[in-house]
Amino acid sequence: MKNTIFLAIFLYTFANMSKKEIITAEEAGALIKDGMTIMVGGFMTCGTAKSIVNAVKAHDLTVICNDAGFENEGCGRLLARGQVKRLIASHVGLNKQCGELVNAGKMELKLQPQGTLVEQIRAAGAGLGGVLTPTGVGTIVADSTWPTTMEGKQIIEVDGKEYLLEKPLKGDVAIIKGYVADESGNIRYKGTLRNFNPLMATACKMVIAEVEKIVPTGEIGPDFVETPHIFIDYLVLNPMDEK
Amino acid sequence: MNKEEIKHFIAKRAARELEDGDVVNLGIGLPTLIPHYVGQDVKITLQSENGFIGLCACDEKVKEDGIYYIVDPSGNPAGVEHDGMFFDSSFSFTIIRGGHVDKTILGSMQVAENGDIANWIIPGKAVHGMGGAMDLVVGAKKVIVTMEHTQKGMPKILKRCTYPLTAKGVVDMIITEMGVMEITPEGIVLKEYNPQYTIEEIMAATEAHLIISDDLKVME
Repeated sequence: MKNTIFLAIFLYTFANMSKKEIITAEEAGALIKDGMTIMVGGFMTCGTAKSIVNAVKAHDLTVICNDAGFENEGCGRLLARGQVKRLIASHVGLNKQCGELVNAGKMELKLQPQGTLVEQIRAAGAGLGGVLTPTGVGTIVADSTWPTTMEGKQIIEVDGKEYLLEKPLKGDVAIIKGYVADESGNIRYKGTLRNFNPLMATACKMVIAEVEKIVPTGEIGPDFVETPHIFIDYLVLNPMDEK
Repeated sequence: MNKEEIKHFIAKRAARELEDGDVVNLGIGLPTLIPHYVGQDVKITLQSENGFIGLCACDEKVKEDGIYYIVDPSGNPAGVEHDGMFFDSSFSFTIIRGGHVDKTILGSMQVAENGDIANWIIPGKAVHGMGGAMDLVVGAKKVIVTMEHTQKGMPKILKRCTYPLTAKGVVDMIITEMGVMEITPEGIVLKEYNPQYTIEEIMAATEAHLIISDDLKVME
């Protein structure tokens, strides 16, 4: 009798466990509107949700990404189609088009050290007012009059040592890539796909995750989930990593 | 020596700076040659700023599969050691900025006698961005610069850097085809020299004042 009650409770809970909505890459792309600030995970396109990025149609975007991807690949696709108004990144050297767009005055570029950029995103997700980092002190990264330096940099001294105050970076939509999701939206990554993805999932109003597999809830398991379902709004299934 | 021989000569000498158990981050280009010259009895752990420790050569089988879940900081396919671990970029820079990397070895355009380094931007040239370089030189316990001693005959080891800095006063050691130099509070000390050059030639190729070590050795 006792066992039956437990089983009933278990089945009731299981049946009511919310399933995350699975949408197509095109539907995901359409959620991004003109003028939005979006975060795109990935490091030199490894860990970039390319099927979703390729489907984005909106313009005048502010894009926050580690890099500019390659020419016409990853974030580079958005640059190539003239959809980006402002790019905040740490490295853009492997996409020649990025420099051309900046020189032609078609896009604004702000460069932040990689460790600073990721902490600004983490700070936003963690509800912090910013971070203090020694990185960039005494360089043009601390000088907001430099065209590629972000606005409003401040030096703050703590126990006799100088730090840069770096403010939190928030976004409207995060486009992230996981390896496997369960039906509830719990996510696990693989290899170097992680990079900025788990952090970006915490720092935006809406989070869309492209994954290569979707498995029944519980199959990843609470010990192994890396980004919990509470951060995820939509899932996009892309079994083959689209170029 | 031609350019290629110079690179290998510098990499071979730099490898001798690595000790058993070191956590090391290598910059792009010349520094990636260094692991080939690390002795069999020296086990180092390579940190890759895009998110793992245990960086090693890519498994040929993975290459054949055509899908790469592991890339190095240049975006090229890479492998991971059995004792390695993947993590996100925040944790990666906790290791880097937090002082958990023993040595970082990287190239540079300019180094000054006060330890300033400029290796990420040349005004008027294409902007590439600093990537993880600024965090690495600020956070690593020891910063070793490996580079050619001059650029088209012009000194790269200067009294003061003229390009925008990567960081102030962080370089500990410079290894070039001409010698091995340590940056001390008194200035740059030449510790070893390549006998293919005279001390006068090395001093002439260096804008910064070189202090010749009392214990000057031949560079091997």
